[in-house]
Amino acid sequence: MNLEKFSYDNQIVKLFIIATVVWGIVGMTVGLLIALQMYLPALNFDLQYISFGRMRPLHTNAVIFAFVGNGIFAGVYYSLQRLTKARMFSDLLSKINFWLWQLVIVAVAVTYTLGITTSKEYAEAEWPIDIMIAVAWIAFGVNMIGTLIKRREKHMYVAIWFYIATFVTITVLHVVNSLEVPVSLFKSYPVFAGVQDALVQWWYGHNAVAFFLTTPYLGLMYYFLPKAANRPVYSYRLSIIHFWSLIFLYIWAGPHHLLYSALPDWAQSLGTVFSIMLIAPSWGGMLNGLLTIRGVWDKVRDNPVLKFYVVAVTAYGMSTFEGPMLSLKNINALAHFTDWIPAHVHIGTLGWNGLLTFGMLYWLVPKMWNTELFSKKLATTHFWIATLGMIVWVVPMYWAGLTQALMWKEFTPLGVLQYPNFLETVLQIVPMYVIRSIGGALYLTGACVMVYNLYKTARQGSFVANEGAAAPALEGIGGDSKKTHRWLEKRPIQFALASTVAISIGGLVEFIPTWLVKSNIPTIENVKPYTPLELEGRDLYIRESCNSCHTQMVRPFRSETERYGEYSKAGEFVYDHPHLWGSKRTGPDLHRIGGKYSNMWHYLHMQNPRTMSPGSLMPSYPWIIEQQLDTEYTSAKINVMRMIGVPYEEGYENQAVNDLQIQAQEIADDLLDSGILVESDKEIIALIAYLQRLGTDIQVKQAENK
Amino acid sequence: MFSQNLSSIDGVSIFPIIGLVLFFVMFSGILFWVLKKDKSYMDNLASIPLQDNNEIEFNDESKNEK
Repeated sequence: MNLEKFSYDNQIVKLFIIATVVWGIVGMTVGLLIALQMYLPALNFDLQYISFGRMRPLHTNAVIFAFVGNGIFAGVYYSLQRLTKARMFSDLLSKINFWLWQLVIVAVAVTYTLGITTSKEYAEAEWPIDIMIAVAWIAFGVNMIGTLIKRREKHMYVAIWFYIATFVTITVLHVVNSLEVPVSLFKSYPVFAGVQDALVQWWYGHNAVAFFLTTPYLGLMYYFLPKAANRPVYSYRLSIIHFWSLIFLYIWAGPHHLLYSALPDWAQSLGTVFSIMLIAPSWGGMLNGLLTIRGVWDKVRDNPVLKFYVVAVTAYGMSTFEGPMLSLKNINALAHFTDWIPAHVHIGTLGWNGLLTFGMLYWLVPKMWNTELFSKKLATTHFWIATLGMIVWVVPMYWAGLTQALMWKEFTPLGVLQYPNFLETVLQIVPMYVIRSIGGALYLTGACVMVYNLYKTARQGSFVANEGAAAPALEGIGGDSKKTHRWLEKRPIQFALASTVAISIGGLVEFIPTWLVKSNIPTIENVKPYTPLELEGRDLYIRESCNSCHTQMVRPFRSETERYGEYSKAGEFVYDHPHLWGSKRTGPDLHRIGGKYSNMWHYLHMQNPRTMSPGSLMPSYPWIIEQQLDTEYTSAKINVMRMIGVPYEEGYENQAVNDLQIQAQEIADDLLDSGILVESDKEIIALIAYLQRLGTDIQVKQAENK
Repeated sequence: MFSQNLSSIDGVSIFPIIGLVLFFVMFSGILFWVLKKDKSYMDNLASIPLQDNNEIEFNDESKNEK
């Protein structure tokens, strides 16, 4: 029996706790801002840096990667040390992980407000930031595996499995989804186009939810819930089955984000089947969490930490039941692109991630500062405000989503659309947007109450940066120590490999046929690469994140072909690096917008949408009217596009800017004919060129066939 | 509709089947392994987070390893 003395690194946990709280408040505040902007367009202040399109990705990234991300690190750095009875492998790596992660967050905030974005949801950061994320993440992974190798506890508790799976999978997802070719320091194009890009994006997007918002938090649940309830998890057997089924199944489910899109049918069906199967492990995990509290339910009455956990785990159960339901094609047809989806997402984020984080913080801070919670009453108040806020947030959004979906699909007895004007369906749900913002404000208020409570708690306690501990060395236990130890050393690595295999199978089975299909997507003869001006216009569309509110995917429903025109075909997107299908229709679909309105209409509409569509909620874009189009990288863009498979002729890059100017002049002349004097080198010209091109390629073909 | 895109690939339908079979095999394997292990072993694992550093308990593995 050889007791070793060592110390736990609490300093790093403290740093992550502070970051979690600070970024949480920031992320939620931006969320409240965009919730208000959705019905008060004046709050965009006609200022490009805070317009909705740029703020929305900032909100999602801030709450996912800054709030939840730091929450994960705080919880993992605390629990991993205790579960392995060892200090973190390297203090330096811990620090690199922390500071680089914060740098990434600041860089993301700055670049998004400047309009530097890849437009890929939840991965909008440009390539230099992608590299920083990778370095910070690897530092985390190496630190974790290093700690596991030098651990003093023979067994790896189930929470650690979830941490390892998180590390491995996010690494794979991040790398594959970030395969892009740089044009400049702040601009790149993804190597995948159209259908493939969409598939990769949603394989990433879905699994970012799975392996960033779910698995690490399940790990935290398996540690902090038994701690708070002071009893072991209900069934360890169930947790093993939960883990393997979950990580194996989750990875397949990505395509359910693309139902009724131009994605091949078999992949859509695969996404649906595996999504339904996911209910089993998800609910296994939820029940395992809730049943852990069996016999001590009386504690929930006066323990705010357990209150948070109970509602968090219940929200997880609701969300993971709803997810598979939404992946059924008939329900998806109704809910997709509507406010139903943000409601579904916010059950997960506000309920599961938010409340679990709050519960964890209320438990951790008194523990680490060696004191009692400053005010139990305030914590309980926070619990009720947060729960109420969540309900006030989601209920009106379910209502809004359903209402709007039904209005989109409503036909008159004569067989024409009941609400042909899209705006009418938006204005109908504005009251719901108002109520939602109240819910968000409540939730934010609760978080502020928590900040005060935690601050007071820390003030009254005394923090110990290095908590002393002692545990027997692992070598002394059982049998041939050398051999055992070597075998153990390998285990975390073997474990990581096994997880990689489990998650790769799903990814590969999904991808191989899609890669094979590349040459098989029926190339539509008339689909041609964008002209240089259209390409620049498309990049403006990306810069302003128009895809936050507008889809480019007409689904094959009569209600959509009536409203927008011919449904979208896979072959139409072969030159779209990246795809801009979008995921939410706050405004109408734009895939068939080309040629629908005059250049003048677009000009005036961008200047102030309310002149052309009274009551419109879209922000005004005066800066696009005023700013000069930057053509510095136009030829570089052509080069990169050719490198990734767009058939621009060799040498075209030299001619591109010239062609661009000719086309711009044509549009400027046309605008002049309509009485609008605008120089041809303004950004608006490029944007109009792109919008007028959208979805028109196949129209040419139809016209020719007639 | 778009499955026609794939009909030109030989045996594309095999991919979803491979997926299902793999999952079934893996799931059965884990279920078998989990049920085989005895209860005290599982209880010992489940109690890991509750062994706090100030009340050190030794991992008495010899009792549970069979």
